[in-house]
Amino acid sequence: MAVPPPAPLTRPTPAREKGSRGRRSSPVTVVAYLLLFIGSVVMFFPFLWMLLSSFKELRDIFALTVLPTTWTLDNYRQVLLGTAFPRWFLNSLLVAGLTTASVLFFCSLVGYVLARLRFPGREAIFLLILSTLMIPTEMLVIPWFVMSSQFGWVNTYWGLIFPGLIPAFGVFLMRQFFTTLPRDLFDAGRVDGVSEFGLFLRIGLPLVRPGMAALGIFTFIGNWNAFLWPLIIARSPSMRTVPVGMAFFSNEAGTAWNLIMAASALAIVPVLLVFFLFQRQIIEGVVLTGTKG
Amino acid sequence: MKSLATEERRPERRSRLSLSRRETLWAYGFLAVPLLFFLVLRIWPALQSFQLSLFTWHVDPAQREYVGLDYYRELSTQPRFHRAMLNTLLYTVIIVPVQLVLGLAIAVLLQSVVRLRPFFRAIYFSPYMTPAAAVAWVWGWMYSTNFGIINTFLIEWSIFWEEIGLPWLAVDPQPFLTDPSQALPAVAAVVIWQQLGFQVVIFLAGLQGIPKTLYEAARIDGAGARALFRHITLPLLNPVMVFSIVISSIASLQLFDQVVNINFNNQGGPLNSTLTVALYMYQEAFGRFRMGYAAAVTVVLFALILVVTVVQLRFANRRVEY
Repeated sequence: MAVPPPAPLTRPTPAREKGSRGRRSSPVTVVAYLLLFIGSVVMFFPFLWMLLSSFKELRDIFALTVLPTTWTLDNYRQVLLGTAFPRWFLNSLLVAGLTTASVLFFCSLVGYVLARLRFPGREAIFLLILSTLMIPTEMLVIPWFVMSSQFGWVNTYWGLIFPGLIPAFGVFLMRQFFTTLPRDLFDAGRVDGVSEFGLFLRIGLPLVRPGMAALGIFTFIGNWNAFLWPLIIARSPSMRTVPVGMAFFSNEAGTAWNLIMAASALAIVPVLLVFFLFQRQIIEGVVLTGTKG
Repeated sequence: MKSLATEERRPERRSRLSLSRRETLWAYGFLAVPLLFFLVLRIWPALQSFQLSLFTWHVDPAQREYVGLDYYRELSTQPRFHRAMLNTLLYTVIIVPVQLVLGLAIAVLLQSVVRLRPFFRAIYFSPYMTPAAAVAWVWGWMYSTNFGIINTFLIEWSIFWEEIGLPWLAVDPQPFLTDPSQALPAVAAVVIWQQLGFQVVIFLAGLQGIPKTLYEAARIDGAGARALFRHITLPLLNPVMVFSIVISSIASLQLFDQVVNINFNNQGGPLNSTLTVALYMYQEAFGRFRMGYAAAVTVVLFALILVVTVVQLRFANRRVEY
């Protein structure tokens, strides 16, 4: 019989444990753990395979043994020193980082204005921004590319970044957050003579931090993994981002599975870091936004 | 004294009078750059796609020739486009329901356990954070006919059952990505694996939004676990389910990354069996530089997404009202 996994890896949270229905080891719970465990094996196996293979020597790769017979860091050394991977990595960091900064600033600013300020045309502008949600990226890439070739943006960082600077969904998200804040706060600030920008910066922003965290995480993940537009706009190998560079990896390295697996493992590191630093905010952020409407 | 008092009052009144106008000025000041962004980089290009689809392509706009609906007529007779449309709908029909059911099931399971919840959550979410290229490499290798881990496992599995005397449990090695009839479901499985974590997060959020008191009250009334799920969880989760369905449908109709990467040297193959509309558009626009024709493809894709979304929302609204 399956027993719930013993010694928990994480600290058990006593407060929650007490509150949760008070039937800890019922058969239902055991089945839940069992199913979750089976599911996570399926979900995690490809990662495990990738990780283990990244430490294998080439001759082990096709032997299909689960564990490497000799563990080696050679693959990582080769990926980092012998390919353009480090350059792609920096490109991706730059693109995802700058885009996330822009998204956080502009989406919260526009969200704030649409939620808290009163002015003619507010509803119309909100609807205009919202309506762009319906336009699929595929419909925009051709005009973007035409535009980029006219202005010399092809194969530049600006070309990689400009389409994602202010996503409509982020505006919508932040507007939802700002709408929930009590009005009195801002009126009080106004009476005290705080400027409109000060109201946004010093009263509004600190209160929507969970939303910013969620938006920031999803923006970073989305841009780190973005593929279609970077594939179109990055013409030379040195301007590729990690996903695009990796797509062409077979040409760079033959199909050197050991190198590809090492590169894949490295490609996940930044998003994994972001996730573990902010993982609580992801769910909190979605809770606060998604289900209110 | 007197004059000072009036002078003090006057600017105050003026600022009160112009308060709404000042707010308008601030608002438009803040909105200027974002509005420009949405007009120039969203609305205008979308309209341009409509326009481009009516002209032959030339770098110099003056030399583009008006062809009317010719490209749309060509689309309607292109077998390869038909295949792309059919595949895209097939992907959507496979991916959306499976993701909905699995996402909801995993979220409910996660909600019912206390220990290790963050650990499980991280595992289920991790594929979503991985670039499609990395995912495709690993899965492409695992699917590989001769030296893939899945077929190796199937062989071992079959040998085991045959030795034990239950040969009907044996499964032959499968061609997966190399067989036109298996390639599409194989890619769909990868997409489901990758996107599932996002669905789980959405449903977890939805479940946390259901007040605990509802369950407690129902349990006092003697409701069992199944009744709780059917009469509280499911109805209250309806908006979240609609959101999940709409989001995953839109994503499936735009499927591109995984399809390109899993078969990078024969994109959309074998024999167009994994080709999607987005990939078809990409190949026409940036492989053959038929921008006008490709623009027509994107207009059709836009219409398809619009129709599917509107139908889903209509259907959902009707269901909410009982």
